[in-house]
Amino acid sequence: MVKEIDERIIEIDKEIEDILSQECKDEAKMYVLKRERHDLIKMCKNIEPHDKVYLARHKKRPKITEYIEAIFEDFFEQKGDALGKEDGSIFGGIALYKGLPVTVLGHRKGNDLNENLKCNFGMPGPEGYRKALRLMRQAEKFGRPIITFIDTPGAYPGLEAENNGQGSAIAVNLAKMSALRVPIIAIVTGEGSSGGALAIGVANSVLMLENSVYSILSPEGYASILWKDSTRSNEACSMMRLTAQDLKEFNVIDGIIPEPIGGAHLNHKAVFKMVDRYLGRELEKYSKMSPDDLSRHRYKKFRTIDQNYLNII
Amino acid sequence: MKLSVSKLFSKNSTLEKGANDSVVTVQKQEEKINSKEKGENSSDEMLECPKCKQTFKKIDVKENMNVCMACGYHYVVSADRRIRLLVDQGSFRPLKCKVAFSNPLSYPDYEQKIKSLQEKTGLEEAVYTGVGKIDGYDTVIAVMSSKFLMGSMGMAVGEKVTNAFEYADKKKLPIIVFAASGGARMQEGIMSLMQMAKTSAAVEKFNRNGGLYIAVLTHPTTGGVTASFATLGDITLAEPGALIGFAGPRVIEQTIGQKLPEGFQRSEFQQEHGFVDQIVPRDKMRDTLAHILRLHCKRGK
Ligand SMILES: [Zn+2]
Repeated sequence: MVKEIDERIIEIDKEIEDILSQECKDEAKMYVLKRERHDLIKMCKNIEPHDKVYLARHKKRPKITEYIEAIFEDFFEQKGDALGKEDGSIFGGIALYKGLPVTVLGHRKGNDLNENLKCNFGMPGPEGYRKALRLMRQAEKFGRPIITFIDTPGAYPGLEAENNGQGSAIAVNLAKMSALRVPIIAIVTGEGSSGGALAIGVANSVLMLENSVYSILSPEGYASILWKDSTRSNEACSMMRLTAQDLKEFNVIDGIIPEPIGGAHLNHKAVFKMVDRYLGRELEKYSKMSPDDLSRHRYKKFRTIDQNYLNII
Repeated sequence: MKLSVSKLFSKNSTLEKGANDSVVTVQKQEEKINSKEKGENSSDEMLECPKCKQTFKKIDVKENMNVCMACGYHYVVSADRRIRLLVDQGSFRPLKCKVAFSNPLSYPDYEQKIKSLQEKTGLEEAVYTGVGKIDGYDTVIAVMSSKFLMGSMGMAVGEKVTNAFEYADKKKLPIIVFAASGGARMQEGIMSLMQMAKTSAAVEKFNRNGGLYIAVLTHPTTGGVTASFATLGDITLAEPGALIGFAGPRVIEQTIGQKLPEGFQRSEFQQEHGFVDQIVPRDKMRDTLAHILRLHCKRGK
C-alpha cells in the first residue's frame, strides 16, 4: 500500500512543481493536489511490516553521510582497514558531537547507481568490517564513544569476500565489540540484515528508526529458504517480526526513534532532529559509567538478550 | 544421560530447506551410512564413495571412522560417535544445560519438527556439550550435529555453547568445539541472529581470561556459526574436504553470476587463505588434540 501511495506522492510533487514554475499559477489545482497529498500521507499512519521494509529501503531515506553532516561537527573521514584494502561500503571517522569527540561509522549506501557501485550498495566485505573494527579500537584507545549507523542488505556474498574471510571478520567484530571499554550506541536507520548488520551492532544501546527493519536475513531470502519462493516475501515480512515495534517487544532493541508519518524520506530535517535528541540522551546515560562497567553492561545485555524466550530447565 | 546410537535417519525430515546442494549430497550419504543400524543383513550392505566412486562394505567404512578406505573421503559422523572416538573411555559426562523448547516467531509445526528430530537423533538439540579427558587432559567438548536441522543455531544451541564456554572459564579448562552447521535457525528469526553476538561475547570473555579454545571445523560449517564462535579459536583445525564459509555456494553463484572454482570454500582452500592451522584426518584427530593440549599444559597431566 505504501508503495502505491509513495508513487502517487512523487507524481503530485512533480505536478506541484510544474504549477509553481508557471507564470500563471493554478491555485485551485494546487490546493486539490496538496489536499490529496496530505490525505495520502495520513493513510500511512498504520502500516504493515512489508510497507516498513519498503520505507526502510527507500532511495530518498537519509544516508549515513547526511546524518553525520547534520548531527556532528568537524568530521574527519578515515579510510582503509590498514591491512590492504579500503572498503567504501563502510563509512566513518572522528567527529565532534556537541563538542565531544566521538567515532562515528556505519554502512554507506549511495544516492544513485554510480555512488552505489562505489560503496557496493552498502554490502561490506571482510575489509569493511576490519576497517570498522580499526576505527572502534582507536575510539577505545582515545576514550571516544562509538556511534554506528546500520543500513545494509547484508554482508556481501562474493568470491573475494569468502577468500578473505568474511565469516571470520564478522565474528571478530562481534567478539571484540562485546568487550570495548567505551560507550557504543547503534542506530538502525534503514535495513539491518543478518550478521552483516550485527557486525557493527554489538552496542550498549541499540535504537531503531520507527520504520526501519532488523532481521536475520532479507525477507526475500527468508521466503526463498523456507518456502523456496522469494515472491512470498510479504508473508515473510509478517512472519519474521522484523519491525522496530516487534524487536522492542523482543527486548532486542532499546528504543524507537519516531519518524514523520509516511517515512523518514519525507522530512530529513525532522529525522535528524529526532536522532540527535535520542543520541544525546543515550550518550548522557553512559557518560558516567566506568570503562569496566561499560563492557560489563554490554556483555550482560547480549548474554540475556533472549531471556524472555529462553527457558532453562 | 547416555546418547542413543544414531537411529534411522529418514529422508527430507532433517534436511534444512535451502541448504546448498553439496551439503545435501553429503547429508544423503550420511543417511545411507547410518540407515542400516536397524537392519539384520547390514553386514552385506554396500556403499559407493561419492568422491572416488569405489564401493565398500558399509560396515567396513563405519569401522574406519566413517572414512573412505580408498580416498579418505570423510562421511559425516554423529555427535555421540565423535565423542566416543575422541575421549578416554568412560571419562565423558554431559554438561547440565537443558533448554526447553521455545518458539519466538510462533513458527508453524516447529515444535513437532524438533520433537521428531529429538526422537530420531537421540539428541536434545544441534549441539551436545560435556566434559571428558583426552589422553588424560580434562577438557570441555562441544559437538554440533548437522543431522539436527542442519546444525542450525537457535537459542538452545547458542545457550549451550555459551554455557560450555562459561563452564570452561569457571573450571579453567580448555574447550574444543566441533562445528557443523548450515547457519542460523531460520525458525527463530532475530533470536537466532542474537546468538551470534551472545556466543562470540562468551568466547571473548573466555579468551581474555586466558582459556585455550580449539575449533575443529567439520562438514559443513557455514553462515552464522562461521561468522561467530567457530572462527574465533586460538587454534583452528579442519577435517579434510569440509565445506567452510560464510555465504552458501549457491548464493554466491547467483550473486556473481558465474560458477565457483573447484574446491572453493573447502578446508584446503581455507587453509590456503590463512584461516586453518592444520587439516587433520579423523584418525589423527585425537592425537593432534592431545598434542595441542600437552603444549598448553604447564606441567604434567
Ligand atoms: Zn572414496
